[in-house]
Amino acid sequence: MICLENVAKDYETRRGRVNILSGVNLTIAPGEKIGILGSNGAGKSTLIKLISGAESPSSGRISRSMTTSWPLAFSGGFQGALTGLDNLRFICRIYGVPTEDKIAPVEEFAELGAYLREPVRTYSSGMRARLAFAISMAIEFDCFLIDEVVAVGDSRFREKCEEELFKKRGDRAMIIVSHNATYVKKHCDRAAVLDKGILHHFNDINIAYQYYNSLMRSGS
Amino acid sequence: MTERRIETKEFPLANSLRIQGRVIGALFLREVITRYGRHNIGFLWLFVEPMLFTLGVTALWTALKAYHGSSLPIVAFALTGYSTVLLWRNMPSRCIGAIVPNFSLLHHRYVKVIDIFISRVLLEGMGATMSFVVLSIFFIAIGWINLPEDVFKIAVAWTVLSVFGAALAILLGALNEKSELVDKFWHPMSYILFPLSGAAFSVDVLPPGAQEIALWIPMVNAVEMVREGYFGSQYRAHYDFPYLVIITLIVALLALIFTRIAARDLKQE
Repeated sequence: MICLENVAKDYETRRGRVNILSGVNLTIAPGEKIGILGSNGAGKSTLIKLISGAESPSSGRISRSMTTSWPLAFSGGFQGALTGLDNLRFICRIYGVPTEDKIAPVEEFAELGAYLREPVRTYSSGMRARLAFAISMAIEFDCFLIDEVVAVGDSRFREKCEEELFKKRGDRAMIIVSHNATYVKKHCDRAAVLDKGILHHFNDINIAYQYYNSLMRSGS
Repeated sequence: MTERRIETKEFPLANSLRIQGRVIGALFLREVITRYGRHNIGFLWLFVEPMLFTLGVTALWTALKAYHGSSLPIVAFALTGYSTVLLWRNMPSRCIGAIVPNFSLLHHRYVKVIDIFISRVLLEGMGATMSFVVLSIFFIAIGWINLPEDVFKIAVAWTVLSVFGAALAILLGALNEKSELVDKFWHPMSYILFPLSGAAFSVDVLPPGAQEIALWIPMVNAVEMVREGYFGSQYRAHYDFPYLVIITLIVALLALIFTRIAARDLKQE
């Protein structure tokens, strides 16, 4: 279970305190899949950072009794001077997982060939994304955070990702942040719309989309 | 499913420590490979670099016949003095601004701000310590300085100064997240502190009033103690060990408090 109770987040800026999230409530049960919709700047990334634990809320409570992944396919944590393999080793060490039996699956999945042993800064953005996704699959979690992951690689690689994530790990909880209606409809049980720092919950994804689209049209 | 059932906020202290140890170890290795790579002598640079600094300063002071006011050979004086400078000066420069480039690592639930600081401080401390030990062995082997009289005393002084340097580094690193002025001020500060730190003078030659003032500076106490351990009978050391320990503990406490505040208020972009 992951539970957000009355979570608010403010940032100090040069213009003073800016409120990003106010009074967000969200509960994710094991195996549940929830989509989060919101326009650019609605606070989706902030919400992900709070759930992943990268940042702390200004007020409210976040409790987790499930292990939570980092935002999936997120390559920001890579050290460019290190090889893909070194980056994999680092992640395995952090999570206390033996690296040796993870090398082969990552090698196969990321399709980097000899590049796995080259510094990550020499990778193209597609290669980086493939490595990031492959490493994300090397550590097992109860709940996966998925931040606009659909854009990874070509269509064949996307199919592979879908297979790994939604077929092989279909029993896990997932929080999917996306603009893509069909993607969210396909994979989520319910959806929530983030608007002006408030999270509106909908049991029916279609209704969530109608609400989201009406917000878009009214230009808020 | 069992392998995933390991993480909640409430797990026992031993488990937390095990995780923290693991994370610091991972960050440490990452830092070693990132900074020194696998080219030429690789991680040996960890202590070869500070060694070159110490050797350079030793050579310079010898050539200039620098006045230091004690009967010690200049090599012995430079080795004990400059090595301690590495300890308290390099650790802060590695911690100031350490968070921003590593922010994304905080997405991994186990990685905390303090772990990033500790891994860097450990690396720097190890480099300075190995440099000090290797150079000591070298100069003793070629007969330029004698065997230390009290190795234990040196180890105690060195350890306390290491903890002081680490605490100062973490405090400055955490404060720098609040205001980048810390970065701006630390450079001139460390430059001015170098001659004041006892590295380049012996407290015994100062007039009594000045001695008292000099001993307010924590590093001076540690350097004096290292020298007493090294040269014992040939050196009249002045230091206040309890004062050094108390200051170290105060700085360490402040470091922990401000790291907590920095971690709470962190933001990206």
